Formats: sequence, C-alpha cells, structure tokens
Amino acid sequence: MEMSKNNEMITGSEALLRCLEMEGVDYVFGYPGGNVLYIYDALVNTPGINHILTRHEQGAVHAADGYARSTGKAGVCIATSGPGATNLVTGIATAYMDSVPMVIITGNVPTTVIGTDAFQEADIVSITMSITKHSYLVRDVNDLPRIIHEAFYIANTGRKGPVLIDIPKDISNQKLNFSPSDHLNIRGYNPEPKPDQTEIDRLLSAIEESEKPVIIAGGGVVYSNASEELLEFVNKTNIPVTTTLLGSGGFPSAYRLWLGMLGMHGTYAANMAVQNADLIISIGSRFDDRITMKLDAFAPNAKRIAHIDIDPAEIGKNVKTDIACVGDIKAVLTHANRKAKPAHSSEWINLTQDHKSKYPLRYNDSDSQIKPQFVIEMISETTGGDALITTDVGQHQMWTAQFYQFNTPRSLITSGGLGTMGFGLPAAIGAQIGNPDRLVISINGDGGIQMCAQEMAICAIHNLPVKIVVINNQTLGMVKQWQDIVYEKRYSQVDLTGSPSFVKLADAYGIKGIRATNKEEAIRAWHEALDTSGPVLVEFVVPTEENVYPMVLSGSPLNQMVMGENAND
Amino acid sequence: MINKHTISAWVNDQPGVLQRISGLFGRRGFNIDSITVGNSEEPGLSRMIIVTTGDEQTVDQIEKQLSKLIDVIKVDHLSSSDMVARELCFIKVRVEPSKRPEILGVVNTFRASVIDIGPNSLIVQVVGELYKIEAMVELLKPYGILELTRTGATAMRRGD
Repeated sequence: MEMSKNNEMITGSEALLRCLEMEGVDYVFGYPGGNVLYIYDALVNTPGINHILTRHEQGAVHAADGYARSTGKAGVCIATSGPGATNLVTGIATAYMDSVPMVIITGNVPTTVIGTDAFQEADIVSITMSITKHSYLVRDVNDLPRIIHEAFYIANTGRKGPVLIDIPKDISNQKLNFSPSDHLNIRGYNPEPKPDQTEIDRLLSAIEESEKPVIIAGGGVVYSNASEELLEFVNKTNIPVTTTLLGSGGFPSAYRLWLGMLGMHGTYAANMAVQNADLIISIGSRFDDRITMKLDAFAPNAKRIAHIDIDPAEIGKNVKTDIACVGDIKAVLTHANRKAKPAHSSEWINLTQDHKSKYPLRYNDSDSQIKPQFVIEMISETTGGDALITTDVGQHQMWTAQFYQFNTPRSLITSGGLGTMGFGLPAAIGAQIGNPDRLVISINGDGGIQMCAQEMAICAIHNLPVKIVVINNQTLGMVKQWQDIVYEKRYSQVDLTGSPSFVKLADAYGIKGIRATNKEEAIRAWHEALDTSGPVLVEFVVPTEENVYPMVLSGSPLNQMVMGENAND
Repeated sequence: MINKHTISAWVNDQPGVLQRISGLFGRRGFNIDSITVGNSEEPGLSRMIIVTTGDEQTVDQIEKQLSKLIDVIKVDHLSSSDMVARELCFIKVRVEPSKRPEILGVVNTFRASVIDIGPNSLIVQVVGELYKIEAMVELLKPYGILELTRTGATAMRRGD
C-alpha cells in the first residue's frame, strides 16, 4: 500500500529528524549513547542534517550556542541520557543567561523504567527546569511533531532561550502516523507584545526635556537585529551610547557618540555618563549587577529611567523604572524613530567627549614583552574590526571587549551572564560552521582553553579555519587580579604553570601551532596565523602581572574606578 | 510595605507544573505562605491559589515571572481587588468527655463543627477567612491541640 509522504508510519526518531529538517535545521551538534541509538540510527538516512560529533557534550552545547548567536537561528544539540544530559547543563545555563535560542534533545531511559534509577537515568527535565525557557518530556510518540514545532517557536520568539526535549528510548522507536505539525498549543504565551505608543510618547518627551541623556545598549539590540534602528534613534536624539558586554557591536564603536563599555571594567566616559545622566534609556539590557555595581548608588542623578525590553519581567526587576516600553526592540525603536526629536544635549555631549579623549582605555606597552592588550589591538587592527570573535571568560575577555573595535552586531560571542570558562573554543566551532565565509577568531586564556581543548579535534577534522588565540599568562588571571586587589596579594590556587605546551597540544590534534614570546614574534606569528588557510593556534606568552583597568570593586558605585598605575599621566 | 497577597494562576494540568512554580518561588526568593491546586472550570487546566508575603515590587515580580512560565495561562492578583477567600482547617483537641459541652459551645459560636469524637479527643472543622481560623485556634489552644492541618486558602474574585 502506498502512503502519501505527508501521512505515513515512521518511527519517533525519523519523525524527530524530519521535523528538524522542516524547522530549517542543517547542523546539529551532539554525542551518541545508549538511549539515543534509535535517533542516531535514523540519522544515517537523513543526509540533510549534518551532525558534528564533538569530543564532549559540553563542546556540543557550546558549539550549538555559538552557531545560534552568530546566525540568529536556533542551535540544536543532542546527547544521551544521564551523564550525556548532565554534561549539557553548563551550556544550557550559559544559553539561558544570555537569551540564546537553542533546542536541546536528550535521550532518556525507556518509559517503562523511568523512576527506577535505571542505568544512565537522570531526571534532566527537573535538573534543567530553572535554566530552560521551557522543557518537554515526551510521553506519547504522537505528540512529537507538535512538541518539536512548539520548542522551536518558543526558543525563537519573545525573549529567546533554550528549550529541552527529553525523549525516552522506547518513544524514539515507536511508530506514529506522521503528519507535519504547524499546530501551536501555547495559550499562555504572548511572546511579542505590541509596543505601547503612549509609553513611547512619554519616552520621546522625556528625551526632549533632557539635558544629560545616555543610552545603555545591551544584547537585546543585537538579538532583535535592531542596530540600524538604534543608530537612527541616536542620530535623531543626539544621545551618547554605552554598550554592555553583550551589546558589543550593536552600536558601531567608531561612532563619535559611542562611549565604550560600561560597568565593572567599563570606560571612564561610560561610567561617568551613567552616574551623571538625568535620563537613562536602557535598550535590551537588564541592569545586571556587573553594570549597575552598587545598586542603590546607581545613576543617582537620573530624573527618569526608561527601559525598553521584550521581557516584561525585566521591567523593575533590579532598578525602578519610570518609563517602560515593552516589546521587540526593533519594533519599539521603529515607532520611536517616526517622532523622535533631539535632546538638549550639546553641552553634555561635549563633556562626555572630553572624558572620552582625556581618559581613554590605556596600558603600558612594552618594546620587548607582549602585553595582552597589545595582542587584542593587533587583532583588531589587522582584521579591521570585522572578524567574528569568540572569547572565553576572564581577563582576556574584558581586554577583548575593551580593545577590539567591533563594527557590526553578532561579532562578539561571549558568555556574559553565566561567565562560563571553556566556552570560547567550542563556540567558535559553531560560529565558523554557521558562517563559513567569515574570519572566526577564538580568544582564550591559558585556563579556559584547557576546559574544552579536546574540541581542537573538530577544527582539524572539519578543517575549520578558526584562529585559536591563547593569551598565556601562566595564571588564572582574573582570580589573581581579585586576590591582588581585594585579598591583599594572598594568591590561592591561581598558578597555572605546568600546563602543557599548547603548540604541541595543537600539533597532537593536527593543528598548526605557533608560539610568540616577544613583541616581534607576536607580530610575525599573528600574520602567519592570518595567512594560514586552515585552523591554527597562536600562543602569546604575556606577563603574569597585567591587570584589567579600570575596575570598579564590588560594592562600590560605578564612578569609583580603580584606574590602574598607568593611568595618571 | 510588606503585606499578604493572594494570587491566582490558571495553569496547564501537566506533570511538573507544580514543580515549575514552586521552583520559581524558591529560586527567586519569593515566599509561599500557602498554595492550593485543583481542577478549574476547564478540563485540562488547574487553578492554583498562592498566598504570599512581600512588598509591591516583589508581588509585581511574582506576577510577571509566573506569567513567563509557558504552562501558566493567566495570572490574577486577586487581593488587589475585591475577593472572597476561605480556608479549611481541622483541629484535633485533647478533651475529657466531661469537658465536651464546653468545647461544643465554642465550636457552635464559630459556626465550626465537630466531625469526629474519640474517647479523649475530638476533631473540629472550621471553614473561614484567615482571621477566623486563627481565632479558633487561639481559643482551642488552652485545651491542648494534638494535631492541626490546614488546606491553605482558596479564593476568587467577587462579581464578574
């Protein structure tokens, strides 16, 4: 008997893969195991889906994250039950904190033994409940097409985020009468509230009355693809802009009104602007503690605080808000741009520009030693600010945010909210796969690179031309910096000497490795790396003592910055 | 100002929903005084009545964070307007047979009822608003309360 292609008996695994194809998935990142064997078996006959076999589930989930952040499409990863699923937890939390759209598929033990502590059983739905936007345990194979369609819809709309689908082994092998689902049964979900024109009008009048306004642009600007609208808004209103870490690239750094990043390691100009402003306009930023610093001393001169965000729960969560524009940032700014008029900000702009030129980010360069900031500046200059950069977490991450001149959105991929070490390399793999024609550079420290170093194998196997930068200061730099400044130089467990030779490690994985120990070598090594067609690792050996400045200490207000010993000239 | 608030959440009757909600309260440091769950007027949907203590900003966050859960269909801050709320409470009191009439007097005055009588104890059932139950408990304390169980409040907005 012949059946139509849209209505036939297939297994849950086949249905899953067919649904993924219909959602436009071309790459999945994963690692097989006992309870996803049927899914991996079905994968053999699904040439439309390319599976990237990482060397650890954490690599898979971060790669899916890098793919999602760089392309705007939901990243997909697959892992087996138990340890496979629990190895995803860090990556799921990373994506959740930074609102990254992702669909995570885990196997589970068969429904007949769920709850019996069966081999490789873990209740991953419960474990990840507080770090997913939503999750499903599939109990009936017939629900699978609807659940997958809903999962992608939820992950990709509103404030984006990871959605987990847990599929017991027997479900993945049961047959269903398959028909694709375009059905959405999500009554309580209103992902994109229509912008409220009254609040937008209030915002525009507040701007016209304002003399010292400042915009804080966050990751929401990037995720909403609203960079052009933001630029137009700034041009119409004459308001200086500071960006958060995740907002990097959401506003062109070459632009005159850009003040740099704000917060704990923000620029003098940005932090002072926020503390002196009479109007704060937060656009797609959530007043995280790393940007507000001491909360009750945040923006003490602001007569009004306005917040544009797609998530209503962010309004008033950390900071009391006077004007709340809930909605997609692109939509809100498009509405606002129709009527936006300039603030009376010319004197204020002069002041912020004065701060910007008097107190730029700086460091004491050296003729012989390689300063880490120099490495970032060199990478920025040689790539014209157009590379796709991923970072790990720590000092190198802050130096990258400070010294790389980002021109375009989706150019910096970094774990901002969770601060996940080990993120940089696998995220670059996902980003390179999603952007085969872009120059992808992964900037890491000698600590974080060792947390997912095994994924170098993937770069070699798939010949992904990722430039892997290791800024090696032989120490856990950011922790050491805190021990320097807050714990009176009592160093505790930050010495990373004894790490392997990164060049030999790269070589072991089949990747070219280059090491630079002085400035001349650094320049040569970096150009050699850029001229290398495949993957390459460049290790820059830098001094251990270098710290990230400015720094606002925890518990201090944003304007109390430790400027560093080199800043007083 | 810190006050008691009553919130109603209309939720999918799905495994794990109670866990999602209690997890949210735990994770964000919201307080749960009581929580009741049961069927609602629509098959497949349950209604939860949550009594919580907090200031206005906290309650605003509770409403918004609850609304973000995919399985939550609708959230209503009942105590922000006119509502009715009732709770059921059983109180097992130690009482010699000779003292029974005295207790029955208290029970009748409160329009409560005795639903079980044992050789040396009886169970009082009281239905009412929070203050009524607390008053009843206070009055029965001197006799010796052996066991007490409360359902938590259920509530509804008045009128339509």
